[in-house]
Amino acid sequence: MNLSRRNFLKGTVAGGALLTAGTAAEARPNKTMPPEALGLLFDSTLCIGCKACVAACKRVNNLPPDPISEEFPMWDAPLDISGSTFNIIKVYNSGKANRKDEEVDGYAFMKQSCLHCVDPSCVSACPVSAMIKDPVNGIVAYDPDACIGCRYCVAACPFGVPRFQYDKALPKIAKCELCRHRIPDGHYAACAEVCPTGATLYGKVTDLGVEAHRRLALKPGEKTSFPRGRLGGPDWSYQGVAGKYVQQVYGEKELGGTQMIKLAAVPFDKLGHRPLPERSYASISEGVQHTLYKYLALPAVVLGVLSVVAKRNTKHEDDDDDSSGRGRK
Amino acid sequence: MANAQHAVAPLGGRLVTPVTVVLAGLTAIAGVILLIRFFFGLGAVTNISDGFPWGIWIAYDVMVGSALACGGYAMALLVYIFNRGEYHPLVRPALLASLFGYTLAGASVIFDLGRYWNVWHLFWPGYAQINSVMFEVGVCITAYIFVMWIEFSPVFLEKLGLKDVKRKLNKVLFFFIALGVLLPSMHQSSLGSLLVVFGYQVHPLWQTVLLPLLFLLTAILLGFAVVIFEASIVSVGFKRPGETPILASLSRIMYWLLAVYLVVRVGDLAWRGALGAMFVPGFEAAGFWVEMLAFAAPLWLLASAESRQRRDRLFVSAVLLMLGGFMLRINGFLIGYETGPGWHYFPAVPELMVTIGLIAFEILAYIVFVRMLPVLPKHATH
Repeated sequence: MNLSRRNFLKGTVAGGALLTAGTAAEARPNKTMPPEALGLLFDSTLCIGCKACVAACKRVNNLPPDPISEEFPMWDAPLDISGSTFNIIKVYNSGKANRKDEEVDGYAFMKQSCLHCVDPSCVSACPVSAMIKDPVNGIVAYDPDACIGCRYCVAACPFGVPRFQYDKALPKIAKCELCRHRIPDGHYAACAEVCPTGATLYGKVTDLGVEAHRRLALKPGEKTSFPRGRLGGPDWSYQGVAGKYVQQVYGEKELGGTQMIKLAAVPFDKLGHRPLPERSYASISEGVQHTLYKYLALPAVVLGVLSVVAKRNTKHEDDDDDSSGRGRK
Repeated sequence: MANAQHAVAPLGGRLVTPVTVVLAGLTAIAGVILLIRFFFGLGAVTNISDGFPWGIWIAYDVMVGSALACGGYAMALLVYIFNRGEYHPLVRPALLASLFGYTLAGASVIFDLGRYWNVWHLFWPGYAQINSVMFEVGVCITAYIFVMWIEFSPVFLEKLGLKDVKRKLNKVLFFFIALGVLLPSMHQSSLGSLLVVFGYQVHPLWQTVLLPLLFLLTAILLGFAVVIFEASIVSVGFKRPGETPILASLSRIMYWLLAVYLVVRVGDLAWRGALGAMFVPGFEAAGFWVEMLAFAAPLWLLASAESRQRRDRLFVSAVLLMLGGFMLRINGFLIGYETGPGWHYFPAVPELMVTIGLIAFEILAYIVFVRMLPVLPKHATH
């Protein structure tokens, strides 16, 4: 009995050690930016909170209005991204809130929409390939025809982006897809197309990064030129003054980078953007999973061992049954 | 004696009793609520939101439900892999409970899936996304449900008198037994892995790359606990003699496994420097203490051979371990899950009624099965 118990424990510990060794092993590195990655640069200091981008997004994506409540059905005034809103402008408020882009007694705008992560958790989480990252332009796209509606992507996204239509019998996941349906007809992200100040700028992520760092290097108040619409498109630029930027490009390093990068004059954690590590959660998760299941090698070996042991340990039962079978004849 | 066959027989008796009628009523209520859900969306009957896209239908019905259904797995592991034949009488009833637990956990996923008509995509190569932990869980649990029905099929074959088929099945049954041990080891650990991709959204008391190991160990522990729990309930409920000696012996194995688990659990917290988090007042710390005390108490309750002979201590320990496993999963998926400020979740009444209805249906089906099929050991000669 004692020996058996020890064997049992040994088995348990060995199994545990195997799992531990597996999880401790080096996981895969973060994925890297696709070659022609497209994205957005959002500059909080340029945003005037007009929400033209929110309206344009609804128009081009055929999204219904989000009234504040049933009591006030006359305004489309979404409070957050949702099953019917892919993009929203939120405001940070502090004290008297009478100075724009000040942390104290100030206010500042922030855009919330999909960040199109370089190594997205939603893509890693989705069991049926309904979230796909385009290998060339990196847009994270949603395919409702594949989706089973498990909402693992909603739960997994560290930015709280994919949303779900809880009020529909035949619901979908809802999120910004960077207007990929408008690319074939020469258009681009509607939010950038309509932004009057260039606060939302569309372009290749590498170009956007260069532009972001140019702005960070400016002296506050310095006169400069701000492009609007898309980088590399027609010249819609105008003269403005540089803001007092926080020296950080949010999205450049967070979780391995995102294709939407952001600038602001108020610290990002105040604007609903928490500090995040550079290692992507998807890489950690897949590291754990693949160490355990790569090519199903470990399960296959374990199954082999278990089969041999189970066959040996059930032998007597076969005999018993054989005899009873013979007895019947 | 190690592999001695024991006689099993249907219990017989009346199927329509006050208990079964109440259970059927609860099941029917759940059915009506589910109709509403399918016509008006998940929001009509649940409190889930984008901050808590998974509610108790996932956290309890699937995560906890499947772990509570690990009795068959734990007993198969013990009897067929570790060759502890003396536990053989516990295998069939445990397997039956597992069969219901898993089949219902699997079926209940359909209620929760927003686009349930696409669920077959999980098993279709063109859609498979092998990096997804959810993919592994979905495929593995489904496979296990089939394997369990095969493992359990000798019971039906006996009932139908198909002895030749049963004999042929017995020749290959060892392979399904092996699969039946492998598959739960895989998906029970993966249920823990589901949380890894959530990153910071899971509180440091629960976010660790050892989640797969913690979920696997607790699944086996819960398997043993449920076997003890069910054996106790069955002996009282059906007025049958208890099986205390065998349960006492089983509890000793459970005891040592529990010791291993607690060392891993606390060691991991210490290693990650997360021990301090349990002293920060809040729901998380409270949830953690309930979880840990529920696991720690049986270590004290079952410490001596004498105490393991006591039915009350066995029963209480089993209930505590089930509570501990319940809390580990609820903590990981709900209490310790935080997407951002402003999100709250507590299950809605209709949502709770569906879960209660599922449990009621499970108990009802168990009663019907053991009364009509040869599952429980024959005690008539006692």
